[in-house]
Amino acid sequence: MKRIITVVIISLIAVMNISAQDFIQIKGSDTLINLVQRLSEVYMEENPNVAIAVTGGGSGVGIAALIANRIQIADASRAMKEKEKIAAEKNGVEPYEIVVGIDGLSVIVNADNGVESLTVDQIGRIFRGEITNWKEVGGKDQAISLYGRQANSGTFAFFQEFVLMKKDYSSKMKRMNGNAQIVEGVLADKAGIGYVGIGYVFGDDSKVRKGLRVLKVAKDAGSTPVMPLVAENVKSGKYPIARALYQYVNGIPSGAVKDFIVFELGPKGQKIVEEMSFYPVSGEYLKQNKKAGF
Amino acid sequence: MLNNFRTHKRVVLRRIREIAIERFFQVNGLFAVIVLLGIFSLLLIEGLPALQSLGFREFFINKIWDPTSFERESYGLLSMIVSTLMVTFGAMVIAVPLGILSAAYIADIAHPRTREIIKPVIEILAGIPSVVIGFLGIIVVGPLLAKVTGHSNGLNAINGSILLAVMSLPTIISISEDAIVAVPQEFKNASLALGANRWQTLVRVTIPAAMSGIVASVMLGMGRAIGETMTVLMACGNAPAMPGSFFDSVRTMTATIAIELGETVQGDIHYKSLFVIGFVLFLMTFIVNLVADVVLEKYQRVQR
Repeated sequence: MKRIITVVIISLIAVMNISAQDFIQIKGSDTLINLVQRLSEVYMEENPNVAIAVTGGGSGVGIAALIANRIQIADASRAMKEKEKIAAEKNGVEPYEIVVGIDGLSVIVNADNGVESLTVDQIGRIFRGEITNWKEVGGKDQAISLYGRQANSGTFAFFQEFVLMKKDYSSKMKRMNGNAQIVEGVLADKAGIGYVGIGYVFGDDSKVRKGLRVLKVAKDAGSTPVMPLVAENVKSGKYPIARALYQYVNGIPSGAVKDFIVFELGPKGQKIVEEMSFYPVSGEYLKQNKKAGF
Repeated sequence: MLNNFRTHKRVVLRRIREIAIERFFQVNGLFAVIVLLGIFSLLLIEGLPALQSLGFREFFINKIWDPTSFERESYGLLSMIVSTLMVTFGAMVIAVPLGILSAAYIADIAHPRTREIIKPVIEILAGIPSVVIGFLGIIVVGPLLAKVTGHSNGLNAINGSILLAVMSLPTIISISEDAIVAVPQEFKNASLALGANRWQTLVRVTIPAAMSGIVASVMLGMGRAIGETMTVLMACGNAPAMPGSFFDSVRTMTATIAIELGETVQGDIHYKSLFVIGFVLFLMTFIVNLVADVVLEKYQRVQR
C-alpha cells in the first residue's frame, strides 16, 4: 500500500512539473520554419523546462494567428501590413517587431538555362507576364514558365511589393505551396524561374543544388549584377532584393518568450542563422532591435 | 386480477420501449438532414454579405480572382469553376470506361480466385491518402507528362484528371461490381438460351440491367472528384488564369478555399467571398446528386 501511495505521489509531482513548463507556440513563414525549428531545438536542449512548437502555413497565416491571440510568436518574411496592424489593435493585440535574420531572396532558374543575370526591372516584367520568352532577356527561344508562392506567403507579398512594384502577378504563374516546392518545380522545368529564401537553394552538402542556378541581380540596367550567395553583397546592401526576416510578439515580451528571443539574437542563435544559410542581423536592423530593447 | 394488471403493465412498458426506439432511429435519420441544412445556411449566411456588397457581376461575369491585388481586388469565380469542371470531366473520361470495364471483368469474367485477389487490392487503393497521391502527381506523373507532351512541365489539368481518376476508380469499380453481381441469374440464362454468346449477354443484358447501380457509382465517383482538394492543390500548379486547354495549369475552387482561408481576417470581405465559393461548390455537388437520383428513379421505373 505504501508503495502505491509513493508511486502516485511521484507521478503527481511529475505531472505538475510538466504543467509548470513554459510553452511557446510559433507559427508562420515557410521561409523561416526550418531556421526557427533549429533554433528552438537547440534552445530546448539548453532549457528543458521550455517547450516550443513551430509550425508553418505562411507569414499571413502566422500574423492572422497572432492577431487572434492563438500563438505567442509569429514568423514573417515580410513586415506587417497596415490592415493587419489595425485588425490587431481592434483585438487588443500589440504587435512588437523583432528582426532575427537577413535573407538574400534568391531568383532561381534551371541550370540548363543560359541566362545568368537579370535586372530587378526585368524580373518584375517577367513575373508580371510582360516578358514571356527567354530570348527577350538573352536566353533560348522558349516560353518562360513562372513559379511563385500563394497569397498567404510573405515572400509572395514582399516580391510583389519590391520587385513587381506593387503590380499584379501574371495569372499564369503557378502558385506553389512552399519554397521547397518551387525549388523542385524549377529543377524539373528547363524553362522555369522562381524565387525562394536563400536557405532553400542548398542541398545536404551545403552546395547549391545540382541542376539549379541562382541568378545575379542588378539594381538597374546601369549597375553590375550581384550574387546573393556572397555574404558581403547581402550585408552591404549591394544585393537589391535582400530583406529582413521578422518575428512578431504580442506586447513587450517577457519570461520564456523574451529569453528565447535573446537567445536567437545572441551569438549562438545568430551562428545558427548562418548555419541555415541565412545572414545574421546587421546594420540598420541591429539598431532597430536595440531600440526594441534587445 | 393481479395477474391481469401485471400483463397490462408489461404491455404498456413494451409500447413505451417501442416508441422510444422508434424515436431514437428517427432522430438518427433526421440528424443528417439537420447537419445538411446547417451547412447550407452557414454558407449562405457567411457568403451573402459578400454577394450583396460586391454584386453578382463581380463574382460571375468577372474572370479574375485576385483578392490581395495591389491594383484592383477582384473576385471572379469563372476561371476556377471552369477549372474544377475541366479536371472533373477529364477524370470521368478516364475513370468511367476503365471502372465499368474492370467491374464487369471482376463480376462476370474473372476466375473466383483472381477476384479474391483483385477486390481487396482495389479497396486498398481507396485508402491511400490524397496527399500521397498529390505527391506522386508532382514527382511521377508531372515529369512523365512533361516528357510525353513536350511541355516544359506537367503541373496542369491533365495531371489532376489522371490523379482524380485513380482516386475515384475504387468507388466506381466496387459499386458497379456489386450492381452487376446483383443482376439475377435468370436474365443471363434467358439471354444465353436465346443463343447470345457471353460477350453479347454481358454488354446487352447484364450491364443494362445493372445500369442504375453503375450510374450511381459514377455520380459518387464524380462527387469525390469535384470535392477533392489536396491532390489538385499539389499537382495542378494553381495558376489562376482562365485555362485554355488541358495542358494549362489550373486552380480549382477547393484549392482556392484551402489556400486562402488561413490568412484571411475573419469577417473580412475576402473571408466572406470564400464562403461564396463554398456555396457554389455545394450547389454543384447538390446538382450532381440530384441528377443521379432522377436518372436512377427513371431507370428503375422503366425496368419495372
